[in-house]
Amino acid sequence: MEAQGKAIKYGNNVDTDVIIPARYLNTSDPAELASHCMEDLDAQFVSKVNKGDIMVAGKNFGCGSSREHAPIAIKASGISCIIAETFARIFYRNAINIGLPILECPEAAKDISDGDSVKIDFLQGTIVNVTTGKQYTAAPFPEFMQQIMDADGLIGQIKKQLEK
Amino acid sequence: MAMTMTQKILAEHAGLAEVKAGQLIKAKLDMVLGNDITTPVAVKEFRKIGLNKVFDVNKISIVPDHFTPNKDIKSAEQVKFIKEFAREMGIVNYFEIGQMGVEHALLPEKGLVTAGDVVIGADSHTCTYGALGAFSTGIGSTDMAAGMATGEAWFKVPEAIKFVLKGKPAKWVSGKDIILHIIGMIGVDGALYKSMEFTGEGLGHLSMDDRLAMANMAIEAGGKNGIFEVDDKTLEYINEHSTKPYKVYKADPDAEYCEVYEIDLSSVKLTVAFPHLPENARTIDNVGSVKIDQAIIGSCTNGRIEDLRVSAEILKGRKVHKDVRCIIIPATQKIWKQAMNEGLFDIFIDSGAAVSTPTCGPCLGGHMGILAKGERAVATTNRNFVGRMGHPESEVYLASPAVAAASAVMGRIAGPEEL
Repeated sequence: MEAQGKAIKYGNNVDTDVIIPARYLNTSDPAELASHCMEDLDAQFVSKVNKGDIMVAGKNFGCGSSREHAPIAIKASGISCIIAETFARIFYRNAINIGLPILECPEAAKDISDGDSVKIDFLQGTIVNVTTGKQYTAAPFPEFMQQIMDADGLIGQIKKQLEK
Repeated sequence: MAMTMTQKILAEHAGLAEVKAGQLIKAKLDMVLGNDITTPVAVKEFRKIGLNKVFDVNKISIVPDHFTPNKDIKSAEQVKFIKEFAREMGIVNYFEIGQMGVEHALLPEKGLVTAGDVVIGADSHTCTYGALGAFSTGIGSTDMAAGMATGEAWFKVPEAIKFVLKGKPAKWVSGKDIILHIIGMIGVDGALYKSMEFTGEGLGHLSMDDRLAMANMAIEAGGKNGIFEVDDKTLEYINEHSTKPYKVYKADPDAEYCEVYEIDLSSVKLTVAFPHLPENARTIDNVGSVKIDQAIIGSCTNGRIEDLRVSAEILKGRKVHKDVRCIIIPATQKIWKQAMNEGLFDIFIDSGAAVSTPTCGPCLGGHMGILAKGERAVATTNRNFVGRMGHPESEVYLASPAVAAASAVMGRIAGPEEL
């Protein structure tokens, strides 16, 4: 599994209220949520994001509310992976559970600049900044989480278990 | 091996003699919670599994509280959708308007969560029930769906930070001030992936409402859970509210903690968190002159009876400043009735404050007090992120009920001593 796209970079403590403001939580439709994604932090995000792009951020990405609408909105906007120094724990779980790839890699998160072209190989856990030529290695998922990702999320994994 | 309080609860619920930090486990759940925003997504995910029943009709609570009473047609559709699901599944603890309250005030009051429980809730402030000695943590909708289906959830066993509380807080200083002080000290990711365990002789000076407010905001330090050592006050609360069996877990004396902080409660001052992060804590003597347009007293953090009593003590015989909208939101029907019977509503209304039916409402910028561009609110809520209570260019200052009430009178952020 691979991802490639341009980096869209944000800072520390990107909270779920700016990822998807509560005023849009009267729906759970992914496309509608995606149309307001990042609105209060970066009003240009929706117009500039292309399918496959990679979000890069600092510490504590996704802090705040448990709203799964946040990773749903990011996934539906076309983002293929989020790289951050650290993730807030509920966001981390939610992303894994819905099958949105995320990587904790402080070096890459700090180094990569907005607009850089980035390539990720999930099996190897490697991140390549195609623009600068630098390569990074993210900690691989524990096997248990990899199984959830392989089943396209927690629900897929539970279905597999129940079928056994 | 020595274990923390959280580790002991998780070990028992995973059917293991012991667990250690970092271990991945599956634990049995005593309660699975959702609200009107997170449950619709959970129901859709639950349907994908293809089951026609939930794991236990008594161990799921669904509380429509965020946009209720329904603020618009879309919100009404979401609540209708989850109500139909609750009825179809026979979920006992679905709370309609008239019975509902802000979820994290409601569940302890109804006795639905108790010491030793493992609770997951599709709401980040589910960590509130740690005040009762439960392991309780926020999760998302998919985890809620999986929990409703299987009665289990996966966890990475957390390491813990110990907070040893000493001394007695000064007059007006509440649990809210203590937790804002702690978040200011360790930062919004200071307890990331970790437990926050509260212990020490200072606990004896904190009421259950103080503790619930503190555990509630563990998530604002990034914590997986906040948990209080169980004492006589906890047991008294549990016995008064619940008939469920409970179990008291105590940390081993030689349990490992990644950090230990001693907090002298007598030195904690009234504390306000400035925009746009809860870690931007300043003591009341350092706030300067911050003019406000709105004061909100309520929420899962501070909408309980003691919060209303202290607000009334301050507002009694005084008037809300002419430029301020003061909105008071008792968190549950029971608290509402109690406040009414104690005559608090007379005080609020005579002062020029408005009293709302229970709702999360303005806390998350839902309804019942949204801010315009450039407006500022002092609020007893738990988050002051960009746009949290309305316009992206509005501001929220987090404070205790005493500070919010005093500020409503002064028209600027102030403590009760200034009145």
